[in-house]
Amino acid sequence: MNVLELKNISKRYGAIQALDNVSLAIAPGEVVGLMGDNGAGKSTLVKVIAGNFAPTSGDILVSDQKVAFHKPLDAQKAGIEVVYQDLAICNNLSAASNVFLGREPTRRIGPIKVVDYAFMRSKSAELFARLKSETRPRDLVHKMSGGQRQAVAIARTLLSDAKIVLMDEPTAAISVRQVAEVLNLIRQLSDHGISVVLISHRMPDVFEVADKVVVLRRGELVADKKASDSSPEEITGLITGAIEHA
Amino acid sequence: MATPTLAEVINRSQHHGLIARITSQQIFWVFMAAVFACLALTLLTDSFATERNLFNVTRNFAFVGIIALGMTAVIASGGIDLSVGSTLVISAMTVSVIMSAGMPFWLGCLAALGISLLVGAVNGVLIAYAGMPPFVVTLGMLSVARSLAMVLSDNKMIYEFGPDHDFLLWLGGGSTLGLPHPLIIMVILACLTAFAFRHLRWGQHLFAIGGNENAAVLTGIPVARIKVSVYMFSALMAGITGVLEVGWLGGVTTNLGQAMELTVIAAAVIGGANLAGGGGTAFGAVVGALLIEVIRNSLILLGISTFWQGTFVGSFIVIAVAFDRFRQRKS
Repeated sequence: MNVLELKNISKRYGAIQALDNVSLAIAPGEVVGLMGDNGAGKSTLVKVIAGNFAPTSGDILVSDQKVAFHKPLDAQKAGIEVVYQDLAICNNLSAASNVFLGREPTRRIGPIKVVDYAFMRSKSAELFARLKSETRPRDLVHKMSGGQRQAVAIARTLLSDAKIVLMDEPTAAISVRQVAEVLNLIRQLSDHGISVVLISHRMPDVFEVADKVVVLRRGELVADKKASDSSPEEITGLITGAIEHA
Repeated sequence: MATPTLAEVINRSQHHGLIARITSQQIFWVFMAAVFACLALTLLTDSFATERNLFNVTRNFAFVGIIALGMTAVIASGGIDLSVGSTLVISAMTVSVIMSAGMPFWLGCLAALGISLLVGAVNGVLIAYAGMPPFVVTLGMLSVARSLAMVLSDNKMIYEFGPDHDFLLWLGGGSTLGLPHPLIIMVILACLTAFAFRHLRWGQHLFAIGGNENAAVLTGIPVARIKVSVYMFSALMAGITGVLEVGWLGGVTTNLGQAMELTVIAAAVIGGANLAGGGGTAFGAVVGALLIEVIRNSLILLGISTFWQGTFVGSFIVIAVAFDRFRQRKS
């Protein structure tokens, strides 16, 4: 069974072919490194999967069921979560508040519904523990390291029982130690049976965690192979076009 | 080292001691400044600690305090409301015109608050749905609402309020158990606001919008609806103050609440509301309003020309913001 399967996805903007017959299958718990040069179609592919816009042609299957996403919420309901590059986090709120942002649990006191902070804290502490992160639920996010902020953003995806998490350049602007932290988080997700699509320019990061490497060039899928059967040199060649196909 | 239990992890927070926690708050220092000013005035003048003067101070600061509650909500959500002074006068004028026409108080009050909410709704819709900058929209409303108040009253002073005349004056100018009514109402509203900020999803969401509007949108928070409600809340606070202030003054003219927005913004900012959005407390708004009123009062009692007031209020805003910048750079 595949968590997500793309069949002959094409996306066209007027005369520009952003995606050309892209087919891809992702198994549960699989970590896929999605690579490609700027403008190769990575973000277009992610946006199609995340429901930001529909493909011009082709099918998307989630758990072998054909789906059609009209808006990001549809994709979210199907178990597809996106961790954005800027993380979509509020610095002025606590880690727990950020995890539950937009879906705060409430309990009733008489006629009023109040935010259930106790539950938010214990649940997010549990999620951070699952991610083996040292993030503390009560801490304000603006005092946190890049790795901890990633943990907050990723805990949010755990909360909604995501099947697949799309991560857009999570290691682009953080320190070496924090990169290790983020890669650990990705492994944790994978251990919990959640698939991860890691969009990254950083070759070492991709080879460190990815089970499979996928390369896009000018909207075409030119490689889809096990990371252990490939090498950074080969992938670089595929990205630049020095190697035609793998 | 033993692994901490889940409960221990939960209870950890960044500030450990209670004293360290309190002294790290801007409000604490502002509160201390207000207390210090009060003590100094008691020693320096014979007139500050008199019952009459304290009664006046508490009542005056209550008016600014109530509106500052609304302003804090707006500022915390990342906006600004320059139209509060004009909303106050249109509310005051509505209640006055209706009551002087012989209608009962409840009708006038309801109409006044209704008009205020409408003003807030117009502000909110233009800002949230048309995407216009809050500064421009509420600056426009500042002019429009005051002009409408002039149209409504024909720019005449109103001092006869029909059958419920005495009740209106009692409500705004009277006291219960020695406490002026506006003060009592401010305390109640401050408690309600503090509760809403902390314990309602509305509060969580408005602080989230002020912190990172993009994140709020992406996580599915109804940003536009919350923004409209925030401007309506601010206008409602101004409206309530309008009704109370008519009762206190016993008469209303269309220059009521002129330039009040600056004092209110100063109170909110001194009380810790972050003009960049995402920060502010109800208690802070009240303490900020208190400090401004004490300073204003002290200028009068110390025989310093009231022309200096604007200098103080304006400098306060700048100093409070500078203080905040400085603190952020340090951390």
